[in-house]
Order: sequence, then C-alpha cells, then structure tokens
Amino acid sequence: MSITEKTERDDLGAAGAQLSTAPADTLAEAPGLGVLGWLRWMWRQLTSMRVALILLFLLSLAAIPGSLIPQHNDQLKVDAFRAEHTTVSPIYDRLGLFHVYSSPWFAAIYILLFVSLAGCIVPRSWQFVGQLRSRPPAAPRNLTRLPAYSTWRTGSSPEQVAEAARRALRGRRFRTSVAGTSVAAEKGYLREFGNLLFHVSLFGLLIAFALTSLEKAEGGKLVVEGDGFVNNLTQYDDFSGGTLYGADDLQPFGFHLDSFDSKYATSGPEKGTALLFRANIHYYSGTDDAKSTKGEISVNHPLSIGGEKVYLISHGYAPVVTITDGKGNKTQSIVPFLPQDTALTSIGVIKAPDGVGKDGTPEQLGFRGTFTPTFAVDNVRGPHSTFPTLQNPALILNAWYGDLGMNQPAAQNVYQLDTTHLKQFTDAQGDPLSAALRPGQTMQLPDGAGSLRFDGIKTWASFTISHQSGNEGALISGVGAILGLLGSLFIQRRRIWVRALPAPGGGSVVEVGGLGRSESARIADEIGDVAVQLLPDAPVAPDTPDTPDTAGAPEEPEHAENPAATDDETDDEGARA
Amino acid sequence: MNIAAAVNENFANYSNYLIRSAMFVYALAFLAHLAEWVFGGRSRIAVQSAALVAEGAEGGDTGAADQKAQQVTVKTAGGGTVTLERPAVVTRASASDRGIADGPGAAGEDEQGDMYGRIAVSFTVLAWLLHAAGVVFRAASVQRAPWGNMYEFSTTFGAVAVGTYLLLLVLRKNVRWIGLFLTTSVLLDLGLATSVLYTNSEQLVPALHSYWLWIHVSCAIISGAIFYLAAVGTLLFLFRDHYEVAVTAGRASNGRWGDIMRRLPSAASLDKFAYRMNALVFPLWTFTIIAGAIWAQAAWGRYWGWDPKETWAFITWVAYACYLHARATAGWKGRKAAYLALIAFACFLFNYYGVNIFVSGKHSYAGV
Ligand code: HEM
Repeated sequence: MSITEKTERDDLGAAGAQLSTAPADTLAEAPGLGVLGWLRWMWRQLTSMRVALILLFLLSLAAIPGSLIPQHNDQLKVDAFRAEHTTVSPIYDRLGLFHVYSSPWFAAIYILLFVSLAGCIVPRSWQFVGQLRSRPPAAPRNLTRLPAYSTWRTGSSPEQVAEAARRALRGRRFRTSVAGTSVAAEKGYLREFGNLLFHVSLFGLLIAFALTSLEKAEGGKLVVEGDGFVNNLTQYDDFSGGTLYGADDLQPFGFHLDSFDSKYATSGPEKGTALLFRANIHYYSGTDDAKSTKGEISVNHPLSIGGEKVYLISHGYAPVVTITDGKGNKTQSIVPFLPQDTALTSIGVIKAPDGVGKDGTPEQLGFRGTFTPTFAVDNVRGPHSTFPTLQNPALILNAWYGDLGMNQPAAQNVYQLDTTHLKQFTDAQGDPLSAALRPGQTMQLPDGAGSLRFDGIKTWASFTISHQSGNEGALISGVGAILGLLGSLFIQRRRIWVRALPAPGGGSVVEVGGLGRSESARIADEIGDVAVQLLPDAPVAPDTPDTPDTAGAPEEPEHAENPAATDDETDDEGARA
Repeated sequence: MNIAAAVNENFANYSNYLIRSAMFVYALAFLAHLAEWVFGGRSRIAVQSAALVAEGAEGGDTGAADQKAQQVTVKTAGGGTVTLERPAVVTRASASDRGIADGPGAAGEDEQGDMYGRIAVSFTVLAWLLHAAGVVFRAASVQRAPWGNMYEFSTTFGAVAVGTYLLLLVLRKNVRWIGLFLTTSVLLDLGLATSVLYTNSEQLVPALHSYWLWIHVSCAIISGAIFYLAAVGTLLFLFRDHYEVAVTAGRASNGRWGDIMRRLPSAASLDKFAYRMNALVFPLWTFTIIAGAIWAQAAWGRYWGWDPKETWAFITWVAYACYLHARATAGWKGRKAAYLALIAFACFLFNYYGVNIFVSGKHSYAGV
C-alpha cells in the first residue's frame, strides 16, 4: 500500500511534496560509515515517526503498574502491601514499582520521547517557515493524475480564465501564485501550525510539571477546634519541601479554627455519606493575629493566604479526658483520634507521661482504644460507630502502666503506643481491663493506680498548607495543546491548481485539479465549487466531450477538428460582447 | 444546600420506569434490526461476489469515477439567471482505498428488510426519547447533574451514544449499519446499570460539589460515547478488511458470514468513519483531562497526582495519540492502527469500570 502511494506522490513531483512536514520514514536506510554515520543514523531513528509511536506506546504501558501497585505517596498502603506480599515486595523494590512515576525507567521513556519530539519539532518548524515564505508549488505536469480534477472547454481566452481563477481562489482565501496561465493555490496552513503548537505545548506541560515538582512544598496540620496554626516549621505535623522551596521560605500567616460544620445524609442506602464539610476560621497574614479576618474553608474551596493555599483534608473527633495519677495529680488533655471508616469509628492513644505512682515513683500511664460517635457493638466488628455524628458517643479503652518509652531520641508517633516496657492493667478475672465510657463517666484503674475521666468531645480538622508554582504554565500549555489539536485535526491542508491552455481553434481548455493532505471527499466538492465559480468567466462550450478519457488532452486532434466547438466559441464571444 | 430529604422519590421512580420502558423498546428495535439483517440476506444468491472482484480490480486504478454533472444556477450581471451545467469532477480512488464500493447496508437489496430497518430506527428514536427522559428525571430527582455514580454514568453514556447515532442519521450520514450493534450494546449497558450498578438517588459527597464536575464528567461521558461508536466502526473495519482481502484474492466465501460482510460499508468507509469519530473527540478528551486537573487542583491542592483514575485517563489519552500517530505513519495505517484504536478504547473501558471496581483511589467514593 505504501509503495503505491509513494510512486503516486512521486508522479506529482514537487506539487505533492511538503503538504505536511512529517519526517520521512528512514528505517530502511542503512547507517553510514564510522561513528558519525552511526550517530546520525541513531538520531534519525529516534526522531522518526515510527520510534515516536513506539515510545508513546511504551509510555502508556509503563504508566500501568503505578495504577495497580500502591505508590510511595501513600506510605500506609505501601507498608500494608509489603507486609502482605513478602516475596514480590523486594523485587518490586528493586524495580522501583512503588514509585513508578519517579523511577529511572519511567523517566527514560519520557525523556527519550521528548528528545525525539524536540528532534522532530525543530526541523519541522523550520520547514514550515520555509513553506510559508515560498509560493505554493507549481501545478504537476499531469493534472489528471490528481485525486480530484475537472476539465472543460470554454470560449474564453486562457488569460481570462487564469485571472478569474486567481480571483476565485483568493476569494476563497487561498494563497495563490500565477505562472503564465496556470494558478497554484494552497490553503489550510493552520493545520501545520496547529500541529506544531500542539507538540510545543506538550513541552510546555513537561516544563510546568518539572517546575511544580521542584517548587512544591506541602505540609499537614491537624487543628482541634478552638486552637490555631502559625505557618512555621515547628507547627507542622509533617512537612516536605521542594528543591527550590524549603522551610525558610515559609510565608508568615496563621489561622484559628473556630468551629467545624458537617452534615450527612440521614437516610437511604448512602446514609452517612457526607454532604458538607466546612471549617469556620479566623485568619491573618503577617504575624499580628489581632487583625484577623473571618473565613471558611471547605472541600473544593481552599483558602488562599499570601500565595499559600490551605486545603481542608479531613476531620474527626478528639475526646477530652482528665487523667488522675496514683498521687492524685490531675491533667486534662485533648486527644485527636483518627477515623477508620466513613462512620468515623476512630482509634487513638492517650498518654500520661508525667504520671506518678502511689509510692511517689514515676509511673507513666497509657491508654489505647476506640472512639465511636454513634456507639454500637457486634461480634464481628466489636465496638464500632454506625453514624458519623455525635448521636451516642462512647470511648472504649484499655490501659497500661510502666515506661511509655518517650525519652528515646527518636520522636514518638503520638498515635501509637509502644507497649514493650508497659504492663497491661487487668481486671479481677485476669482479663485485660477495659471500659466503655460515656461523656462524664470515669474509668477506675485497679489498686488506686489512678483514673481517667471522659469529659467531653471536640472536633478537629486537618489541613494541607501548600505552596505551588507552575500551575499557570500547565494551564496555558494545556489550552495551547487543545487549540493546536483543533487546528491539527479539523483543518484540511490542500492545494488546487487551475490551468488554462489555448485550445487549438480558439478558446481554451480549463483544468482544475486538487490534492488534499489526507484522502477526503471534500476536495472533490471544493473543486466542483471552484469550477462553478469559474463558469461565468469560462462558460462550458456546449457539446464539448468531457468524458474522463479525453479530458485534459487538448492536443488530441479530434478536439481541434471539432467544428461544433469552434462555433460555440464564436457564440460565446458574441454573448459576452 | 440540598439535603437528602429533598430527593424527590417520585421523580426517581419515574426515572426507573422510563429507563425500563426504554430497555423494552430498545429490545424491539434490536429485534427489528435482526429481522433487517435476516431479510437482507435473502438476496445474497443474486449478488455474486465476483461482481465485487471485477469492480475492485479496476477500482484501484482508474477509480470509482464520480461524475457530478448537475444543473447549477448562476446569477448574471443583469440580474437574470442562467442555468449552467456544473462541470463533472472526477475522483480517483486513493492508494489505501481498494476501490470497493460500500455494501448496500443491512437490508441488502431486500425491500422487506429495508422496511424492518426503518421500523428499527423508529423504535430506536422512541426508546431514546424514553431513555433521555429517564436521565432527565433522574437529574430532577437529585437536583444536580445525573453523574454521581456508575449507574448514572452508564445510563447517560448510553443515551449520548444513541443520541449521537440518531444525530448522524438526521445529518443523512450512512450509519444505519451500526444500528444492530448499538442497540445490542445499549441493552447490555442498561441491563448492567439497572441490575449490578443500581444506586438510589442520593446526594453527592462534598468533593463532588463543583461546577467542574459538570464540565469534566459530561465531557468524559460524551467522549466515551463517541469513542465507543468509533470502536464499533473499527471492529467492523477489521472484519470487513479481512473480507475484502479475501475478495480481491478471489477466495471470499459466499456463506452467511461473507454475506453479512458484503452488506457492510467498505473497509475504507469504515476506517474513515472510525477515524473521524476518534479525531472528533480526541480534543474533547484532552479537555476532559485538563478540566479534571483543574478540579483536582481545587479539591486536593494538586492538578496531577497519579491517582489511578487520572493515570488511566492519561494512558487512554496516550493510546489514542498513538493511534493518531499510527495513521500518519507509513506502514502503520490500516489494520495496525485499528488494533491501536481498540487497545485505546479498552483502556477507556478499564478506566470506566475496572478502576472503579478493582482499584481504590480518591475517585472511588461514588458508590461504586
Ligand atoms: C510527546 C508525545 C507526543 C504526543 C502525545 C503526540 C500526539 C500527537 C497527536 C495527537 C497527533 C495527531 C494530530 C494529527 O493527526 O494531525 C500528532 C501528530 C503528529 N505528531 Fe505527534 N505526538 C507526540 C510526539 C511526537 C514526536 C516525538 C514526533 C516526531 C517524530 C511527532 C510527530 C508528529 C507528526 C509529524 C504529526 C502529524 C502527523 C500528520 O501529519 O498527520 N509527535 N501527534
């Protein structure tokens, strides 16, 4: 198929060439001699359409594993996966399958692709500029070989026809060039421009991506209602800076969480589905919290303060408890529990590091358990929540004493209890001591070791504070890509030639032929329209045989000797006079 | 803020009745199309594929000469009109075109078959009206765009696919051949939606409250529906291409299969149809992804995070880019490009069903 096409285009010579700037296929070519020859050969391979195609295909293949295997930005899932699949995990680790999109092999594919793209775009752009500056190529010798053509005899002179054709084609916004009595015209350059714009925009996207990841800094903070946050490294629960944006670059601002609103569907199969989350805050920029403004942050509606954005990520409950140690010292603490499901069954840990035993020696206390906003219990799930609002709150705890292990150098996770140096309290039967507390109730520890009182509940909300750049670049490139695509896919680049040759015996033979960038029926319709537009200036001489066989062959003797044709021409002359 | 209580149970029930009635009428349309194909097959003995061979052999070279001599009226300077003959435009078949003409369609040369085909189209129109009304009532029942979960996606998806097909019919495009395949798949789609994926009318989780949802999801549904039509075209192209190769080699079967193939449009037409559809929605799909990125930026603070749904949207996009490239690369046009188009559509489907069901990510809160 491709061979026929090649010869066909060759027949058309320069007229058929350069209707697109797509690189020629060079795979068949053998490499030249020497290192340089090989390099040139490799470069040509890399910038060929075929290799671009293969690289694109590889890119889509390579993106698959990352969607099926947990990725490093969700460390919890990765850990769970590692624990579950002990045999494949080391292999995955070696292949970088837990961070596919930042792995060297993924990068290798897209870097090769973009090198190929650059190697493709730059010459194509030059070529395109060259095409814009030169004239539409002259008509091929034989217009009848074009995919669509039309021909007829007319009484008008070749000059009249050519001038009419030039006007008609210009009127159709073709670029035209007249040589003698033939007109070459071309239209649809925007297609090529669109295609180049699209590919250049892809580069823009890549650069914007890179900028975003280099400069993106993000930190998380959990705030209990009534508390506040100041944008300062020490305040973050976690913070990851970008290569170009670190802790020192943090802008000063702060906010105060006044309250948190949530609403849930109360009936139907999606009962418990959230309808609304909203954090009501006061915020300020700079360091002066006296001049604060009221505001709110909800999902989809982050708060923008001085170039930084604050996103609402999640929310939950923080039981308020008062712990009394063996000596009778009381401490109150507000302890955020982490939600485990959509009904906000939450787990957490309460620590009393300053506890003192009955005998006056330090004895730390630790509690671990579950908080349920709407308490229920069954055999399978144990204590759990059935609805996310505080309809029947309960705090279910076990208790430990001893050494919490908090004086190790490494910071301890506040949501975990390290029980290696702890002993669990037991009840009279020797079972682990446990209590399900309602607000106001107290859990007594055995042997006067102290107690824990469940005072009440506060809400907390967690936020992501993020600094970003490259967003505008990505957006502009995206828009450019779409506009480019529209041009590239919906505009036809095409050429039309009109040639008028003097017919033996007076008048002329008009030939109109066209060539499109792709095989499309529309070029034939357009040729027809152009022909119709020419008719007032070049009316068909009646009785002219216009079968395909004889058309376009004015030198054929039978035409010349056709007396009827000559007569008509005279008629036409008369009509026009 | 609409709360769950505002959900209008009545409207939701109307919607369910309408969708079920639509399925019934689609089933009638399906049967009518089946009859069209069966009756169309009666004339097969009369038509010998030898005729095709002759036409094909000659068509490749001198082309299916397309004489367009018509009467044209042209205004003259004096204000009168003269009637001129429009010069004939001769077109030559291109190299990738075997010059084999389009088949006569499902009904073949059979009049009764044609009548059944028309009946099928009428049923399809009726079914589509019911179907579209079902989607509208669903939207009214929740007072939002009906695209909050997979049931709603699937019903809207089917409505858009059939709507596009009917629109092409209205535009007098030769697409009735797709009718049987389309009614079959819409029945499957709705069947799956009403049995497996059904979700009651409910409100959306807060992350879905955004007008970018309207834009992003509606574009995704339209893209998907048109990609689907293209995929059907591509699949039939592969079969028909196979058949045409056999015909040109003079070894086409005259059996039932050959007869079905004979009635389809030519491979060149099917290929062109598939390409047009794909090329038409590729920019829309690109826009869908960008709209999704804008939404992600607003909701999660990053425009791209390699979430499984995002990743598969990207994979689908690259696969379609691959297909478009293949069509512009010598040696990859035709069958190879068609396989790429099918792979790309498979990626779309996986993103639509597979990711929602098998992979959990940030997009998985839509009640399956
Ligand atoms: C970064 C990955 C790339 C993507 C996503 C991409 C995408 C596309 C798309 C969607 C089209 C279709 C437009 C049309 O049919 O007119 C296209 C066309 C084209 N691409 Fe790419 N492309 C990429 C890389 C490349 C590379 C590396 C080359 C150079 C070898 C290249 C050369 C071309 C050419 C020449 C066309 C025009 C084909 C024609 O004339 O119809 N592209 N590209």
